[in-house]
Amino acid sequence: MAIPISYNFRNLWTRRLTTVLTLSGMALVVFVFASILMLAEGLRKTLVETGSHDNVVFLRKGAATEVVSGVSRDQASILETLPEIASNPKGQKLLAKEAVVLIALPKKRSGTPSNVVLRGIGENSLFLRPQVKLVEGRLPRVGSPEVIVGISIAKRFVGIGMDETLCCAMRDWRVVGIFDAGSTGFSSEIWGDVDQFMQAFRRPGYSSVIFRLRDSSEFQNVKSRVENDPRLTLVAKRETKYYAEQSEIMAKFLRILGTSLTIIFSLGAVIGAMITMYSAVANRIAEIGTLRALGFKRRDILTAFLAESLFLGFLGGLVGLFFASFMQLITISTMNFQTFAELAFSFTLTFEIIYKGMFFSLIMGFVGGLLPALRASRMIIVDALRAA
Amino acid sequence: MFFLKILIRNAFRNRLRTSLTILGMTIAILAFGLLRTFIAAWYAGVEASSATRLVTRNAVSIIFPLPISYREKIRQINGVKMVSHGTWFGGVYIDEKNFFPNFAVEPKTYLELYPEFGLSPNEKEAFLKDRKGFVAGRKLINRYGWKIGDIVTLKGSIFFGNWDFVLRGIYRGRDENTDETQFFFHWDYLNEGLKKRGHVWGDQVGFYMVGVTQPELATDVSLAIDHQFKNSLAETLTETEKAFQQGFIAMSGAIVTAIQIVSFVVIIIIMAVVANTMAMTTRERIGEYAILKTLGFRGLHIVGLIFGESLVITMMGCLLGIALTFPAAKIISAELGTYFPVFNVERETLFLNLGATGIVAFIAAIVPTRRAIQIRIADGLRRIG
Repeated sequence: MAIPISYNFRNLWTRRLTTVLTLSGMALVVFVFASILMLAEGLRKTLVETGSHDNVVFLRKGAATEVVSGVSRDQASILETLPEIASNPKGQKLLAKEAVVLIALPKKRSGTPSNVVLRGIGENSLFLRPQVKLVEGRLPRVGSPEVIVGISIAKRFVGIGMDETLCCAMRDWRVVGIFDAGSTGFSSEIWGDVDQFMQAFRRPGYSSVIFRLRDSSEFQNVKSRVENDPRLTLVAKRETKYYAEQSEIMAKFLRILGTSLTIIFSLGAVIGAMITMYSAVANRIAEIGTLRALGFKRRDILTAFLAESLFLGFLGGLVGLFFASFMQLITISTMNFQTFAELAFSFTLTFEIIYKGMFFSLIMGFVGGLLPALRASRMIIVDALRAA
Repeated sequence: MFFLKILIRNAFRNRLRTSLTILGMTIAILAFGLLRTFIAAWYAGVEASSATRLVTRNAVSIIFPLPISYREKIRQINGVKMVSHGTWFGGVYIDEKNFFPNFAVEPKTYLELYPEFGLSPNEKEAFLKDRKGFVAGRKLINRYGWKIGDIVTLKGSIFFGNWDFVLRGIYRGRDENTDETQFFFHWDYLNEGLKKRGHVWGDQVGFYMVGVTQPELATDVSLAIDHQFKNSLAETLTETEKAFQQGFIAMSGAIVTAIQIVSFVVIIIIMAVVANTMAMTTRERIGEYAILKTLGFRGLHIVGLIFGESLVITMMGCLLGIALTFPAAKIISAELGTYFPVFNVERETLFLNLGATGIVAFIAAIVPTRRAIQIRIADGLRRIG
């Protein structure tokens, strides 16, 4: 027969201060662990959702991002003749030639400048990005110095609110609308007419060309045709892949940082749990002796103490995850190392992170409780009873 | 001395518990020290920059160039001692994982403006004479095992194509915080190649580095430069090298802040562990405290005993942690040299370690002490275990 679980609960309750201290140590570790995973997940989700699977992006060979890429006008025209491009009901090809530049804008909170993506869009750019929705104002007119601003940065930067003018490249750009692209990277961009941008920023060519595939399975055809064409020094990528690649370095950085931090922290918490459990055992030597004399087996004692420590871990995990779930309300805006541009993303909690956090916390409880529980179970009845 | 002896004896009465606590403290101090060093490494570029150097770049953002014709105009401005120019090349060596900063610079003025890059006179001459030549830092050379005269090919990410360079010199940092992982070559070589391809960056530079005669003139000179090019096709933004470097870090400020917060969390975690130990210790010794009180010792003596014991335990962990920080930093510096060219433990970090230890010891002892001095003698004596 096993020792009743209520015995363990009562024991934890009797040593409230110790229990709370151990628990809060574990909860903090789980909190940090979950938060960093949530951050990496948020970044990944933002960039993965930015692309659409059926869109193909063309960049210059060797260029990892649109900012350093260049597609000349004649190369763009060659791409326009590809047969695999989908067309809209009017019969126009769903292809957009875009120019992307970075401009430095001061942040509202700190006043320090940060790089923002300025994307020159064509007529079809909005069709190709169905996530983008105008929430205020109107779209920029073709051929005029008007821009629309993504909702994530409209609030964070100086001078790009509705009806304000943005000054750069010797032109005044009027903000005529605010758009929301959900939790995608586009929400951190400014969009305007591509020909206006190219003229103002003196760009002889586009940065990238993007089109929708007529049939998603034709991607390989397009890729091999374009990459083998000696006139085109371009590479083709699915839009989803292009954006996923942009999250790689930073997500890896966050993951390495998170894992190494958590391992170090958890050592601290395991030691805390171990101290607590050792003292729980030491204080109850007589009790353990009595239990053994009553007929409980060594195995039962081991299970009871392990259960107590696991329960401690479980509570710690619960508390840590509870507080970590509030982190979802926070959005972080920082520079993505790879694109060199501002990107807003929020902490995202997934079931996987919950499992991982919980599993981790239980492991901490288990490791912390194992040695003390072994000690308790190995006691010799007579010695234990005499200790009282 | 006698008092210290009591404290140490007391601390080690429960050897297992105390050792575990010290171990926890060691880990926490180690983590705290490394995180601080990590943040310092982030700011290493700022620390290493000079106050007498200005950086002029395109006002729109760093990705836009400035015409080479600005060079002479900047040189005419009062207070300017020397002008050099450069372009961020962004070349990739074999694979994107092998990251190191590479620039095209005007070599003669650049080496004069940056005396911290120490080159022997022979190497300097060889580098200046060879248009395809490049110079790289000691750490970078060690990483890839290049030898003088080797041809190194970089794949351009901004400037398309493969570019060959010949190693002509290895520089050593003059100061401890000089970045020894840089790679620089002749701007003329880049410019020639770009002009051949009809690239828009032909005769354009990424930034100018301006040396001023006196540091006090830096503000005036930077204003004068920006004023000179106001309302032109390429307006400029001039700031001190420090501000320029700081600008890069400010952009990734959210991450630095997160690491800073996390470095305090580890201290809070260890606080919970130490407080736990102290709570147990005093709970076991309530009877003893009652006896001490009976003998005529005051509450203050007991306070001294508990706080002293807490301090002894944490301090041991702290010293161990500090001792371990140095070898750990060495290992990390060897492993992550690609990302952090400078990874040195600063003296300030050690003081912060000691400060944090004191705070942990103090806070961990507060609650147990309150219990110990409030208990009445009779209650204390009656209580068992």
